Amino acid sequence: MNCLQLREVTKKFGGLVAVQDVSFETPPAQIMGLIGPNGAGKTTIFNLITGNYGLNSGQILFYNQIISGIPTYRIVELGIARTFQTIRLFKNLSAIENVLAGCHCRMNSGIFSSMFHTRKHHAQENHALDRAMKSLTFVGLSDCYELKAKNFSYGNQRLLEIARALATSPKLIILDEPAGGMNDQETLSLIQLIKKIQTQGITVLLIEHDMRLVMQVCENIVVVDYGQKIAEGTPEEIKNNPKVIKAYLGSDMDSNTNPVNDKF
Amino acid sequence: MKKFLLTKKTMIFILAIFFFCCPLLLNRYWVDVLNNVGLYALLGLSLNIILGDAGLFHMGHAAFYAIGAYTAAILNTQFNIPILFLIPMGGVLAALFGAIVARPIIHLRGDYLLVVTIGLVEIVRIALINDVFGLTGGANGIFGIDRMIIGGVKIRKPHHFFYFIYLFMIFTVFIFSRLKQSRFGRALNYIREDETAAQGSGINTAHYKLLAFVLGAGWAGMTGVIYATKMTIISPESFSFWESVIVFMIVILGGSGSIAGVILGAFLIIGLPEIFRGFAEARMLVFGGAMMLLMIFRPQGIIESVPQLYQIRNR
Repeated sequence: MNCLQLREVTKKFGGLVAVQDVSFETPPAQIMGLIGPNGAGKTTIFNLITGNYGLNSGQILFYNQIISGIPTYRIVELGIARTFQTIRLFKNLSAIENVLAGCHCRMNSGIFSSMFHTRKHHAQENHALDRAMKSLTFVGLSDCYELKAKNFSYGNQRLLEIARALATSPKLIILDEPAGGMNDQETLSLIQLIKKIQTQGITVLLIEHDMRLVMQVCENIVVVDYGQKIAEGTPEEIKNNPKVIKAYLGSDMDSNTNPVNDKF
Repeated sequence: MKKFLLTKKTMIFILAIFFFCCPLLLNRYWVDVLNNVGLYALLGLSLNIILGDAGLFHMGHAAFYAIGAYTAAILNTQFNIPILFLIPMGGVLAALFGAIVARPIIHLRGDYLLVVTIGLVEIVRIALINDVFGLTGGANGIFGIDRMIIGGVKIRKPHHFFYFIYLFMIFTVFIFSRLKQSRFGRALNYIREDETAAQGSGINTAHYKLLAFVLGAGWAGMTGVIYATKMTIISPESFSFWESVIVFMIVILGGSGSIAGVILGAFLIIGLPEIFRGFAEARMLVFGGAMMLLMIFRPQGIIESVPQLYQIRNR
């Protein structure tokens, strides 16, 4: 059974086709990369999976269950967590509170047990705190759990976002440019972290521009360009795929027939 | 640290005892001023859930206040239902009303929501003036609302109301401060900080925003019932847009999200103008100026919402 499966997914914004007939599948506990030039539609695909956008046609399945069309918070409950390309932490809240947001969907104490702090409320709070701390420890930020999110360095903010996503106990985690803004050292430890997430049995799907990271951690790579899938394969296959090279560098033919070049 | 907390607690306790002796020292007029402060503080606390905790710009709170007050007035004068029963009932009806009107507008953000809620409070006021269903008494309002009788004591003098209002406030603060330190309170804070991220973390944002409205409306409704029995006569002009603005100011000025801040805000905005009544017209000028300065130099309000501390075990 596949963890995630996209079947001919299409998304249009007005007249613009952002994603066209994209299909791919991810087996459980695999690390899969989604790459492509800027504006190729990678983040749109992520937003379709997490339900932030509705799709125009096609299907998205998560462990054989159709998830297209259900609201984001339900998708998180089912086991898909994500991080954002532009970091979206709760800036004025502490690290632990940020991570507790992830625990929210695994708790069920209602408004009345919250009002009167019933025994159930305390039990759940303690459990959630433990889980949140575990999550922070996992990414290596447990020492500064009381620090406000906005006071973390850029790289650590990315890690905090990953901790928040992990706190939802996901089966699939979607990372949108996790190494963006990180220095070499931080990227290296991120590679270790992503591999560690995999050993927990969690499937990882990531967008990344840092090719070193992609080639090192991904077992399978999907390449999109202009909203369409142009290649899929192992890192070795992708590196030598002429279509991919063309998408990234452009081909000779392109520059010869480019009307802009003709003018000069 | 522990010792400091203890002294702080005892200080608050002493202050509270002193405050509860106030009616013995003050004349009726000043006790009534404190009662008004209390009612506005209750309104502020109920708006604080919507505006301070969930960050929803809602400037139509007087509408919910009115629903509670009119529920009490109509049911009491027409069916003689005792006011004490009507406090929860007014709350429930206002909450229901809140749920119905908030549902279709809950997805609106910031200023758009603000405009819609301003429309809401005007619609309610005009409906009351136009005597809908022949129940609201039009512009004259409804008079002859009963007083409460608790344990054989008829709550009618200012110092009776003082104890009733402030005991209800203690109950409110107890409930609301616990809500803040819970899954519910955190969910509202996440929504205020970043709604998309909250949703992406698995929070049903529409549900929680609606709950915030329902809870805030319900509490404003209960406050409305207390107002109705305190005045024994209510009319539409008590629930104008200006009332909503005052409650909005109390929350923003006092410190949105902070319970202590909102109560202080009510004291400043309702109490201070009374203290400086001797200065006649100049007091409003000074008051307005002070408010502008405060917003420029302390936009988070006088008392900032304190971050919650978590006890981490096994470390």
